Amino acid sequence: MFYEVYKSLNMAFYFILFNLPINFNLQDKWRLVPSFLQVKGLVKQHIDSFNYFINVEIKKIVQANEKVFCDADPLFYIKYLNAYVGTPDLEEGYNVTKPTTPHECRLRDMTYSAPITVDIEYIRGNQRVIKNKQLIGRMPLMLRSSNCVLTNKSDFELAQLNECPHDPGGYFIIRGQEKVILIQEQQSRNRMIVDEFKGAIQCQVTSSTHEKKTRTNVIVKNGKYVLRHNALSDDIPIAVAFKAMGICSDQEIMQLIGTDDATMKKMSPCLMDCHNMKIFTQNQALTYMGSKLKVKRYQAGNSRTPVDEARDLLATTILAHVAVENFNFYVKAIYLAIMVRRVIDAESNKAAIDDPDYYGNKRLELAGSLLALMFEDLFKRFNWELKTTADKIIPKVKAAPFDVVKHMRPDLIANGLFAAISTGNWTIKRFKMERHGVTQVLSRLSYISALGMMTRVNSQFEKTRKVSGPRSLQPSQWGMLCPSDTPEGESCGLVKNLALMTHITTECSEEPIAKLAWNSGVEDVKILGGEEINHPAVYMVFLNGNILGVTRQFKKLIRIFRMFRRRGLISAFVSIYPNHNQRTVYICSDGGRLCRPYIIVEKGQPLVQQAHLTELDRGIRKFQDFLKDGLIEYLDVNEENDSHIATVEADIDPYVSTHLEIEPFTILGVCAGLVPYPHHNQSPRNTYQCAMGKQAMGTIGYNQKNRIDTLMYNLVYPQCPMVKTRTIELTNFDKLPAGQNATVAVMSYSGYDIEDALILNRASIDRGYGRCLVYKSSKTTMKRYSNQTSDRILGPSRDANTGKVIRAHEILDSDGIAAPGEMVENRQVLINKQMPPATLNPVAQGQPQQVDYKDVPITYKGPVESYIEKVMVSSNAEDAFLIKILLRQTRIPEIGDKFSSRHGQKGVTGLIVQQEDMPFNDGGICPDMIMNPHGFPSRMTVGKTIELLAGKAGLMEGKFHYGTAFGGSKVKDVCNELEKHGYNYHGKDIFYSGLTGEPLEAYIYSGPVYYQKLKHMVQDKMHARARGPRAVLTRQPTEGRSRDGGLRLGEMERDCLIGYGASMLLMERLMLASDAFSADICGACGRLASRAWCHACRSSAAVSTVEMPYACKLLFQELASMNIVPKLTLKKYC
Amino acid sequence: MPQSDSRPRVMLEEFRVKNAPDDYGMADEKWNFKKFTKNFRIVIVRLDSFEMEFDLIGIQPAFANAFRRLMLSEVPSMAIEKVMIKNNTSIIQDEVLAHRLGLIPLKADPRLFEYKPEDATDGSECNSLEFSLKVKCSYNKLQSKESYRPEDLYENNNVYSSQIKWHPIGNQASVHKEADVSPVHGDILISKLRPGHELDLHMVAVKGIGKDHAKFSPVATASYRLLPEIHLTREVNGVEATLLQSCFSPGVIAIDADGRARVNDARYDTCSRNVYRYEEIKDAVVLSRIRDHFIFNVESVGALAPNIIFVEAVKVLRDKCKSLLDELNTL
Repeated sequence: MFYEVYKSLNMAFYFILFNLPINFNLQDKWRLVPSFLQVKGLVKQHIDSFNYFINVEIKKIVQANEKVFCDADPLFYIKYLNAYVGTPDLEEGYNVTKPTTPHECRLRDMTYSAPITVDIEYIRGNQRVIKNKQLIGRMPLMLRSSNCVLTNKSDFELAQLNECPHDPGGYFIIRGQEKVILIQEQQSRNRMIVDEFKGAIQCQVTSSTHEKKTRTNVIVKNGKYVLRHNALSDDIPIAVAFKAMGICSDQEIMQLIGTDDATMKKMSPCLMDCHNMKIFTQNQALTYMGSKLKVKRYQAGNSRTPVDEARDLLATTILAHVAVENFNFYVKAIYLAIMVRRVIDAESNKAAIDDPDYYGNKRLELAGSLLALMFEDLFKRFNWELKTTADKIIPKVKAAPFDVVKHMRPDLIANGLFAAISTGNWTIKRFKMERHGVTQVLSRLSYISALGMMTRVNSQFEKTRKVSGPRSLQPSQWGMLCPSDTPEGESCGLVKNLALMTHITTECSEEPIAKLAWNSGVEDVKILGGEEINHPAVYMVFLNGNILGVTRQFKKLIRIFRMFRRRGLISAFVSIYPNHNQRTVYICSDGGRLCRPYIIVEKGQPLVQQAHLTELDRGIRKFQDFLKDGLIEYLDVNEENDSHIATVEADIDPYVSTHLEIEPFTILGVCAGLVPYPHHNQSPRNTYQCAMGKQAMGTIGYNQKNRIDTLMYNLVYPQCPMVKTRTIELTNFDKLPAGQNATVAVMSYSGYDIEDALILNRASIDRGYGRCLVYKSSKTTMKRYSNQTSDRILGPSRDANTGKVIRAHEILDSDGIAAPGEMVENRQVLINKQMPPATLNPVAQGQPQQVDYKDVPITYKGPVESYIEKVMVSSNAEDAFLIKILLRQTRIPEIGDKFSSRHGQKGVTGLIVQQEDMPFNDGGICPDMIMNPHGFPSRMTVGKTIELLAGKAGLMEGKFHYGTAFGGSKVKDVCNELEKHGYNYHGKDIFYSGLTGEPLEAYIYSGPVYYQKLKHMVQDKMHARARGPRAVLTRQPTEGRSRDGGLRLGEMERDCLIGYGASMLLMERLMLASDAFSADICGACGRLASRAWCHACRSSAAVSTVEMPYACKLLFQELASMNIVPKLTLKKYC
Repeated sequence: MPQSDSRPRVMLEEFRVKNAPDDYGMADEKWNFKKFTKNFRIVIVRLDSFEMEFDLIGIQPAFANAFRRLMLSEVPSMAIEKVMIKNNTSIIQDEVLAHRLGLIPLKADPRLFEYKPEDATDGSECNSLEFSLKVKCSYNKLQSKESYRPEDLYENNNVYSSQIKWHPIGNQASVHKEADVSPVHGDILISKLRPGHELDLHMVAVKGIGKDHAKFSPVATASYRLLPEIHLTREVNGVEATLLQSCFSPGVIAIDADGRARVNDARYDTCSRNVYRYEEIKDAVVLSRIRDHFIFNVESVGALAPNIIFVEAVKVLRDKCKSLLDELNTL
């Protein structure tokens, strides 16, 4: 033992003596990723944001609008004392509620919501009354948010609630539909952005406060600087603006902007202007501005002078986010001066123009902040309605005193929120904001598609605009947004996805940060003059876009802030970074910034060491502890750009490195994380896989059998991929897989494998490969109408003669609803529902029960039969009967079904071959699938070839290989494993032809590849028609498969026939097979005649019958109805 | 290349499989019965109840392949074809359950049965076997408080193939024994159940062939490979010899006491051709396979012994030839 101590002492001594680099093996630092996800989860950004809203922000909103007064009674008021969001429940009748679960809401088409209650103080009569827990509305609840029943439940408890433990939550359930509020990308507010617009430099600020949202510009116009704002009808010369803000002397203005020669020269015309216009005092300037105000239309009675209006505008609307107290405009003037300064700088130095696509200037709006906007709008309207009712009712003399509580209608806020989420139309009246498509139905095609949707980021850019800037991958998106996962086509690059470790900040309070800044040597600008503010040694400090002050020691400030943050004394999500060109330090604590964790590096050594990782492994250390101990910190995009981040340990430069990447594969998102060896693939292939992974069928959740979705695809025997990635394990894709490992032989077989077509083995299919279940549901409600009548369901009808149940009703139970387990064929009735003929007029009293109910059966449509999986009878929110029927089909792969590997290589089944015809190798293995090698050279999906090798070696070793991005099993190791088991090093084996029995001339590359079955199946697409329905108006065949429509002979096909000269064929296709019509034409006047009688000529002498398309006849009639007479000139045909 | 005999070979080159230049394949060869009987040999190397390895020597690939194909797809066996579902409250879907049941191999000897006529509605004693499966899951009343394992909590939580019961029809009870017709393996998991779940099924097994559905195939796989042959063109000694040895399956290359490598037994070489990876010994070997020496490997599913399956395949071929001759004679 003594020796041991001695040895360790000795070792330590050595290290100290020679300062040897201690070789830390941080191989396992990827373990931080699962521990991060354990804390944060994949959709934590949504949940965090929503939690902040219902626990903090809603109280702030209510507080900001806390008082409601009324014009009729000056003593009357309502004061909101507090607001709460409760736990989810359902209203079962008046004032009766029952706690609910998300799954119940899904099944019963209900809304998963909780009551919003407030404590209020108000005047009733002449008493002051306090009422607690007054219901004012209902809040849709996000699943797994703090108030959801699913939070902090064990897997077992979740199973009892019919919920999948792997379901990420983060969405809403509105009327039974799962809705996601997509993350919205926006330009950050309250920041100066210098950009070039039509060749002119401008500095733009979009100010946003709770009340107002305005945009202020400083632009160059004819070499002069002007202020432009929406509330002003004309641009205001900048000097006038300064004077209106009380900076009256030219010297003061110049000192604020800058006193160097170049600036003075540029500013002099502006100052001259002012003199020419004879504006010297603040009052004169305000008068000038007052004359430029936009005339408000609905301004009645308010007799304020234009000067007052202008002053008010300047204080509250122009640069609204810069607070003005007691009309002291000094800070705002400094702010405006900086804007001018930025424009001047950008004029001489193009590098000073901001990149509009830079991700540091973007903010992501999440469910919480969007709902906060919506709620505030609705709350204001709610209060306004209370006020108007109070105005109306109070003057009337009544027996009982006016009790405002009785007039509080919770429907307004509830329905407003529900409607917004269910339609996705975000209309905020006070900001004149109108946005569509904010929410989407959560795609439950596969687990990955649901997860992918939760990480989706939607951009506000117009999709139709052909601009490349916002679409292209920005270097500042590194690590925050997945470089692969974006759709193809019109929204390419506009719709993005978060990377694995991205966190989106929620807003944190500014006061402590401001206080810390003051204490760290930031001086208030209010007491400083222009010269001091613009001194070259001085850095200006901004907090969330507002001027905080100036400092001489910006480095110290930054150091202190970072130290405090690492110590956990201020929020981990506060970021601080300098901009040396602008001589500013920015501190941010606002919500919506993207950030991700990094390991801190000090003196060339990462602070996270093996000992910590061992502790993590043993479970005594959590991710939070790393954060608390200052080993790891979050960096947002801006601070990331001020740091030196080493990707791997070897890259650490002791002199510059500040941070170390936790694990490089986390730059990819959830969908791209499924691809094994993505770093070996051509980049678009990974993008294609990201789109296709969402169409793959498999398992959607452990509760999939309890769900009744309109459409659900499941695989019968889903498998975990042989070649996994770390992301697959982190996202639980291995537990909810969507695909199967197929033994693939890369070779040509017959001609049915060209153009990416695949050959499948019949025996594999017989044994269950690619088998899938398709669930569809139909539902109906039994409505009760206002005239006391209601829908009804009748039992099966019987044939009058034979007494047998008619074929359409064969599968009905005696209750008139199809029985579970039955097979349904086309046009059979699922629910034999009937409707009363009149639903509006009240039935006269004493009238006998109506007999002539109208049949409105729910029937099954589809060429292939289905089975009834289950029937649900319940009631919905309107208290009406709700009947849902789940139908099931089991589908076996057939020619034309689409499959895809995880490398963007999709193909349809070209041929299904008997097992004996398939090639086989020495071991007697027949491939499940044959893929044509021509799929490789142009696609360059090297990752797929490695997946095959690694999969094959994994089979031999009985283990999963890893194809994690920028890592994973090495090809060399994998090949050595193959060799060890007697396989060819390169993965190529001898195959024998199944047809001739002789060995094939080429060695065949073969092994398992994970294949996904995609939702596109021939059975849903096949369509043919000989005769069928026609459109009523034109008498032409209907369009589309769902209407049994015809196949269109289009313009290009028509051109072919014209070119070929097949006129009779054309005639047949375009008229006879479509809408041929025998029209009567009067040869004398050329008009259409009716029933062989020309109305114009009053004769039938010259009427003859002409074959023409009905559409042509229709055109003539329509023209005639517009007073244009088309006339036909008839000639003898032969 | 020196060859002691005139056996046809196929050369395994580094990048392709190549026939000898004078070899046009054996398809063109005129078939000579005398020569065939003189050369043809069958050697049974290994035979146990489920697996057999045997050599067909001196036969054309067309024949060898025909036997392989017939074993896979035309030798009949019995499998469950119809499932009448009286009750299925388990989570497994009716179709999937039926599919799983179909794939369970049965011990019934297909030679004792006839094909069920396509138009027949009911099976008879000579063409169908009837089974039933009736399982209900319930809570285990004797459960101990400590255990939370499903097998302790519930009864019948797993349904195994051993629970399938045979119902003899007609005289079947006297002809067959239950042990002769029931599933080959009793431990095939059919479904998992939880309390309240119930299966009540009636199944009919019929005779069929693998061409119709893989479940009727009597073999798990039946395939052959050609006999590998390794020829050393020069002496390989010392380090090179051990390297050479490592390039082949164990036991293929032996090293003599003097460190010289020699081919011990090429039969079990996997033909991985990894020797071509090493420039230094690449030239020392010629890899080839004997084209008329087929090493068959038949893995039976359990109903028939593998040797019988092969004989059945020969019979199928004989019958096919017979019917072809009959057809030709009627012309």
